[in-house]
Amino acid sequence: MAAPKNSAPPLLRPQASVMLSRVAHSLYWMSRYIERAENLARLLDVNLQLMLDFQGFTTTAVEEHWGSILLSSGDEKLFAEHYPHADSRSVTEFFAFDPRNPNSILSSVYSARENARMIRDQISLEMWETINELYLYLHDRTSDEVWATGAAEFFNNIKRSAHLFQGLTAATYSRNEGWEFLQFGRFLERADKTTRILDVKYHILLPNATDVGGAVDTAQWQAVLRSASALEAYRRFYVREILAWKAAEFLIFSDSFPRSLHFCMAEIDDYLRRILGDTGTRPRTEAGRLSRRLLADLQSLTIDDVLQKHGLHEFLVEAQKVLDRIGEEVVQTTMFYPAESELGEQQQQQIQQ
Amino acid sequence: MSILNSHYDSGNFFDEMFIDGTAVRPHYRRLGERLGTLPLKDFDHRRAAVDLAFLRRGVTFTVYHDNAGTERIFPFDLIPRIIPNTEWQRIEAGLVQRITALNLFLDDVYHGQKCLKDKIIPPALVLGAKHFRREFMNFTVPRGIYVHICGTDLIRDHAGNYLVLEDNLRCPSGASYMIENRSAMRRAFPNLFHSYGVRPVESYGDDLVKALLHLAPADRDKPSVVLLTPGVFNSAYFEHCFLARQMGIPIVEGRDLVVRDARVYMRTTAGLVPVDVIYRRIDDDFLDPTVFRKDSMLGVPGLVSAYRAGNVALANSIGTGVADDKVIYAYVPQLIKYYLDQDPILPNVNTYLASEPLDRKFILENIEKLVVKSANEAGGYGMLIGPASTKEECEKFRDQVAANPRNFIAQDPIMLSRSPTWCDGALEGRHIDLRPYILYGDKITVTPGGLTRVALRKGSLVVNSSQGGGSKDTWVLQGDE
Repeated sequence: MAAPKNSAPPLLRPQASVMLSRVAHSLYWMSRYIERAENLARLLDVNLQLMLDFQGFTTTAVEEHWGSILLSSGDEKLFAEHYPHADSRSVTEFFAFDPRNPNSILSSVYSARENARMIRDQISLEMWETINELYLYLHDRTSDEVWATGAAEFFNNIKRSAHLFQGLTAATYSRNEGWEFLQFGRFLERADKTTRILDVKYHILLPNATDVGGAVDTAQWQAVLRSASALEAYRRFYVREILAWKAAEFLIFSDSFPRSLHFCMAEIDDYLRRILGDTGTRPRTEAGRLSRRLLADLQSLTIDDVLQKHGLHEFLVEAQKVLDRIGEEVVQTTMFYPAESELGEQQQQQIQQ
Repeated sequence: MSILNSHYDSGNFFDEMFIDGTAVRPHYRRLGERLGTLPLKDFDHRRAAVDLAFLRRGVTFTVYHDNAGTERIFPFDLIPRIIPNTEWQRIEAGLVQRITALNLFLDDVYHGQKCLKDKIIPPALVLGAKHFRREFMNFTVPRGIYVHICGTDLIRDHAGNYLVLEDNLRCPSGASYMIENRSAMRRAFPNLFHSYGVRPVESYGDDLVKALLHLAPADRDKPSVVLLTPGVFNSAYFEHCFLARQMGIPIVEGRDLVVRDARVYMRTTAGLVPVDVIYRRIDDDFLDPTVFRKDSMLGVPGLVSAYRAGNVALANSIGTGVADDKVIYAYVPQLIKYYLDQDPILPNVNTYLASEPLDRKFILENIEKLVVKSANEAGGYGMLIGPASTKEECEKFRDQVAANPRNFIAQDPIMLSRSPTWCDGALEGRHIDLRPYILYGDKITVTPGGLTRVALRKGSLVVNSSQGGGSKDTWVLQGDE
């Protein structure tokens, strides 16, 4: 049978082959913000529980504990501007509900939704509904209510929504270029958060502290592992008691645990190459070189090297800098847009009859 | 207790469902029977489920001048508006007639201006119209079509006659709600659809993309079509996303597009990709800062030159606003006669032009009895409903009309028909209008249905979403009952 004559309208160009830079940008940030909210929820949840286990803590000890968490997040200055003391309530307020903190759970979820809204046509209905419901859940709650009814349930809901979102993304999003940006954003954020969770306890693992074992507060190291959802995985791997240096080793070097720095970095390196088309043995881009160097370190160094030669804190801070620069370069090369403050106003003015 | 038990008062209005408040019109009979057996708590349950679904899915619109949370769901009433087939066929014929004449008018205005020479319409009204685009004189639009997407507002008077209230020929919105409302109703009352024979509206997306593809420059193998949105802060952003998804086309902002050598491209992660047809949802004024408003950040510099070169098509075309100007509206019946030599199937609302001395005198003397509208506003803004307004409001409009007569028209207030609507636990009559959607591609398609908007506030005649309006699903039947 002959093909039908060309009287029918032409076929539409399929969209799958094309990805707007702006869309890539939004996918990347949406993914990062969701991962950020989830990590924060876990960090807060674990540390609030830890505080319950140590009711006898002096005010100074409590303040020190939350202080180290603030310090590792890099938000200690912003916190000090708005809160007089670091205690369970104020730090939770700051990290969970404070819109003045651009990295709070609230800000992260709002930003994730704003990005999702901008690419509403690109993501599946299920992905959108999950983010939107999480937004509505947060929108309808005040911190007083959450505090009164129990924060654990609240954090649990945040985590579950984030997991649901990740699962639905895997189940409903096509494996195209957009997927690479989603995963790149997710692992970059996760790698960063893992270094920060670990950094909370860095002062216990100073270079000369070879005999730290006895001094380590096991409960606190358990908390560190739980903050990274790593306690059970750690136990399967090492079986025995929790040792500080082993916990650090696990969170930095494990090649199978999906939240370790090494594991995340391997994923980042893979997606980065695909996004930048930088697939040669010697990378052409700065981001490619940085990523390969850090990955090589994570593949070849030992925990002794890190503790003795680099210093744990210095090593983690250096890794954070590299992650920042990789993210920055991807944004610059694939999706740079100038920020326009008046844009929103003109968008509103457009008459829709 | 069922929801029909409550006392229903039709008032002195044409009621869509009831005759004299008791007898049910034939095409509403089956709905009446269903509602008669539906327990109140079931009805409430379905209503809550529908509202929740809208919220979860983000079927929302944005309200201007409202700082308390900018997104709202469009209030939805579960009682559908039902139109029998015979009635619909007349509406359809009237709409096809009207859009045909309006396209001929636009073609004439931008070419020979015969209608001005033949004194069908005063030249000053056309040439001085706010949305007349002198720059596009003698420009031939792709396939000769100016208005590809049209949303015409219809109302029914006290006797049930359909009248045209206004033509929306620039960026008519609401088609997404027509489709979302239908899907909500299907979930709420699946069995009613079985027994009724309701014509589907879901073909709208397909028809729209076909109409857009029809415009693509002839030499393009697989044309790329995009929807150009002002962005996420626009009140109709949900709709833009919805339609783009229905059609499977990318949604772009002005900053995503760039013009090189009079061709439009979108910026992608893999470089520039050509664009052939743009369904634009931004005003003419903002399309291209090098031609229209210089401060526009929503448009694309050079877009107009690419359009002029025939390398990209726009829907709707530039300059269509001259034909939905409310002053020009008054002349549409004459234009239908002039271009088609037919009598209008759907009449206008009786309209007075402030630009005409006799009419102006009448308006100024009777302003408190009339509905006064500014010529180029949309969304229920810039409007006075005399009988429902204070002395001060009338005075203010009187001054405005006297100062700038070209910019105003007045109409007899129409007692819009009412439809039973669920209001705070009882069924009450509320005023409604109807916006059907007309697509002009290789043929003219009127989607069987449309958006029925309802003024939820008691006694209100303003149905716009920005002014406390809601919506209903609109059922066009296969048969007459």
